[in-house]
Formats: sequence, structure tokens, C-alpha cells
Amino acid sequence: MTPIITVENLTKKFGSITAVDGISFEVREGTIFGFLGPNGAGKTTTINILCTLLSPTSGNAAIDGHDCMKESSEVRKNIGIVFQDNTLDKELTAYENLLFHSYLYNVPKNERKKRINDALNFVGLYERKDEPVKRFSGGMKRRLEVARSIIHQPKVLFLDEPTLGLDPQSRTNLWEFISELPKKHDVTIFMTTHYMEEAEICDKIAIIDKGKIIAQGSPEELKKMVGGDVIYLKTRNNVAAIDVIKTSLNLDAEEKNGEIFISVSKGDACIPKLINTLADAVVSVRLQRPTLNDVFLKLTGKAMRPEAVSGGDELKESIRSYRKKFDRG
Amino acid sequence: MKSDMNAIYVIVAREFIKFVRERGRLISTLARPLLWLFLVGGGMSKMVSPDMGMPYMQFIFPGIIGMTILFSSIFSSISIIWDKEFGFMKEMLVAPVSRFSIVIGKALSGTMVSTFQALIIVLLFPVIGLRLGIDQIILILCISAMLSFCLASLGILIAVFYENLESFSVIMNFIIMPMFFLSGAMYPVKLLPHVLGFLTKINPLTYGIDALKYMIFPEKKLLTHDFPLSLDVAAIVISSIVFVIIAAMVFERKK
Repeated sequence: MTPIITVENLTKKFGSITAVDGISFEVREGTIFGFLGPNGAGKTTTINILCTLLSPTSGNAAIDGHDCMKESSEVRKNIGIVFQDNTLDKELTAYENLLFHSYLYNVPKNERKKRINDALNFVGLYERKDEPVKRFSGGMKRRLEVARSIIHQPKVLFLDEPTLGLDPQSRTNLWEFISELPKKHDVTIFMTTHYMEEAEICDKIAIIDKGKIIAQGSPEELKKMVGGDVIYLKTRNNVAAIDVIKTSLNLDAEEKNGEIFISVSKGDACIPKLINTLADAVVSVRLQRPTLNDVFLKLTGKAMRPEAVSGGDELKESIRSYRKKFDRG
Repeated sequence: MKSDMNAIYVIVAREFIKFVRERGRLISTLARPLLWLFLVGGGMSKMVSPDMGMPYMQFIFPGIIGMTILFSSIFSSISIIWDKEFGFMKEMLVAPVSRFSIVIGKALSGTMVSTFQALIIVLLFPVIGLRLGIDQIILILCISAMLSFCLASLGILIAVFYENLESFSVIMNFIIMPMFFLSGAMYPVKLLPHVLGFLTKINPLTYGIDALKYMIFPEKKLLTHDFPLSLDVAAIVISSIVFVIIAAMVFERKK
């Protein structure tokens, strides 16, 4: 199958700062591709290049065979975008915002109304279509933006941190819509996030840090990189239990903080065996599966939590001030 | 081509809807010319000698129409900075429409709003003792529309260089106010010293107000219009084209 997005050796420099550093990847049609990394890793810069808003310092980017620089008009027709910051007109109603969009994208006159209503129904905002957007909650605005982005039936949909600043309920709600999109609307999704757990719905993930892609693969493949599952076991006699596990199950076991720590490839299948073998000696058992955060931790040596990304924030801030200078100069 | 027409149409339609919904904006932008006409114009009429051929309040009437257009057009274009700051500009920039149509759409939005406000001021003519025929009013509106388009394009050109509204007072004090005073609105251009005289000649508003004087005081009197009408119209048209082209080019430039 031919890839719908192709990126080769893409580099973008802002002055002396390299925001994106020679990245390459491909996205297959009809899949969800996740771009993961801390703030300031270069995710938004990459999206802006793919959306024809920025031109790269070097390298190539193409969508559906059209070069993002040379054929920007063709690319723009085929993409939909939900930006990190809200881009709705808050004074207009939900319906008017979508109508504006359908004119901008030259949606045929006789289809405008139907497509807008379908999109509003899809995100569950049809009943509120005549209300000004300023009365909408953060989650509703995001859903409306998703609805707007599919009206012109794009081939690729870019979602830049779509759940940023939303409460957990709106986030879950929004992910339901997003995961249905590829099948229902025949669209490929390119999304960025720095919430590791959100990336689980992706078919393929690229992890980016300091402008470079440090790992690519399906969530399962990436998790395998940090090894398999870990079983934590509490028993009446840990020393005796470890001995049994090692001899009769042939597994590696160690004691840590009063718990037995066993590293296995398939934890769920291993637990029944352990319990059968150790029988009454087991007090409690828990299974820990690797998360994408563990992957990130292993690859970069830092967790993807706010306190660990301050370096990224600094980079973002310096890019921002550079952009400001550039815009004025 | 059709998609560009659609884009222009919908950008103007958006502005129209917002203009109709925010009536407060209309009142606040009309307050400024009314204050100048009646408080400055009224006060000065008592001071300026009447041998200039007409009361001062009537003399500044074309200038006040020009002022209405200047403020309203430039403020309307400045909305581009709002759009940038609140993200809506991105929605337009990633759409498959040319930068030209965005600039033209925005300029026509400004033209619509300003011409309507100019009409309201023009209709005050009986209050200050002027007589205007319906044909004169139509010609005044034509000139107003052309001048509005020109100044709205200038406003867009200014707005594309700014990312946020922090610099708004700079635009106000160093562009809008000098343009108004150096336009022949308050006193005839001929009276200005040489250097300032040059500045008035590169100010498109000068030509707009000169053309308005031509329409409002058709019988040539002292202190009215300074240039031939054809020069006025040519200056407005050419500067409009230049502003639109440069604004679209700056817009197109990718970072």
C-alpha cells in the first residue's frame, strides 16, 4: 500500500535553534498515526510544515503525492486540521462557523447543508447549532472543530494536541469520536499528543524528542522494547516462594521491598501457573504492563511529565520569541 | 476562480453578520466624527474668519467624512490582528484559497462597513446648512467606497506586520492621527510648509478628501479642492492596487 504522508529528512531551523532535525516517516492510508513527545519536541512545527503554513529548512514532505511546498493548494484541499489553539469565530453560531468553512473549501452548494448537519450530528452538537460558539464549553468547541475539519471530506486529518486543556470526561468523549473517524469518514489521522495513554488508539507511533524521532512502531512493538510484563507477588514466605518459582517454573524472580518481582513476556497467562504452583502461599498478586511512558522513559531517560519537560518548554519559549522577532523584522 | 469568489463572498458575509450583531461598534465609531464635526467644527466656526467663503463647519465636512472612513476602514482591517491572535486567521490560511482573495475579501469587508458609516455622516448635511442633491450624494458614496477600499487595504498591509494588539497605540499615534491631520481635512493643504506639504501629497486620504470636496462644493471656491478630480481618482486607485499586492505578497511569504 502506498503511504499517504511521506516525510524525508525534514529539518526546520528557527535561527540557531533546530526545532525539527532530519526526521523521516511514512503514514499509511486509513490509519491513525501518533506523534508523541514532550512540549517543544517539534510536533507542532512538523504539523505546520505538513499543513503548508511553514516551509522547511531542508528535506521533503508530501501528502497524497503532492509536495507540501510546491503544490500547497492541492495539499490544502486534501487536509483538515484541528489546531492546538481554538480557531473558531466565537461570535458566530456553530452552524455559521461550519458554513464559512464549506464556502472556503468550495463544497458544492447543494451538499453544504447536508454535510454540515451530518457533521454536527456526528459530534452531537446538532441541537445547539444556532447558538453562538462563545457559549460552548471547551469540550464542545473541540468537537465542533473536529466536525468542521471533516466537512470538506479531507483525506488526511491533523489533530494537534486535540485534548489539551480538556477535563477527563470531555477527553474520553472526544477520543470516541476520533477513533471512529477513519472508518466512518474514510480519513487518515495524524495526531500529536503528550498524553501517553491517549496514544494507545494509534496504529503506529513515532516518538519525537528534541526534534529527532527516537523510535517508531505500533504501540505493542514499542512496549516490547522495554521488555515484557512485570508480576508483583506477595507470599507468606518470599524466600521459599522464589526458590519454587526458579526451580519448577524456570522463571527469574527477585525480592524487592517485600514483594517478589518477576519479569515475563505474557503476564496474564503466567499468573494462573504461579498461583497453581504456589497455591496457598500467595497473599496478593498484581500485574504491571509496560506503558508508552515507560518506553519514553527508557529511550530518553526522563519521564514525560510536566516537571521533566521544562527543557522543552524553554525551547518552545525561545522559538516563540524568535518567531515574534522574525515577524516584526 | 469560483473558489476564490466563494472565499471573498464568505469573508464579507462574516463581517456583515458581525457588524449587524454588534450595534455598539457602529455607535462608538460614529461618536468620533460627530464630536469633531460639532465640537471642534462648531467651536472653530466662531474663531475662523468668515471671509473664506463658507462657515468652518461646512469646510471640514468632507474632512469629517474622510475621518469616518479612515478610522472605520483601518479599524476594520485591524480585525486581522484579532483573527491572528484568536486563531481564526489560521482557519483561513490553511484553506485552499489564494492570499489575494483573503486580502480582497477583508478589504471589501472594510469598504462595506466604512461606506455605510460615511453615508450616515453624509446625511447630516442639512444640519450644518449644506445643500446636496441626490446625484451629489451618489457620487459622494462612490468616492467614499473607493477611499474605503484603499484605506482598508492599507490597514491590512499594516496588520499583516503585527502579531498582537500591543502595538495598537503605535499604529494609532504614528499612522492614523498624522494621516488625518496631513490630509487637508482640517485646513487646506496649500497652507502647509514645504516638508509637510510633501507628506500630504503621499497620503492617499488627501486625494480622497479632495475628491469629496469636489463633490460637496462643486462651484470652485477659495480653499476647496487642490487637485484635478482625475488625479484624485487615479491616486486612490493606484495606491489601492499597490497596497493589495504588497499585502498579499507579505501574507504569502512563509516562514
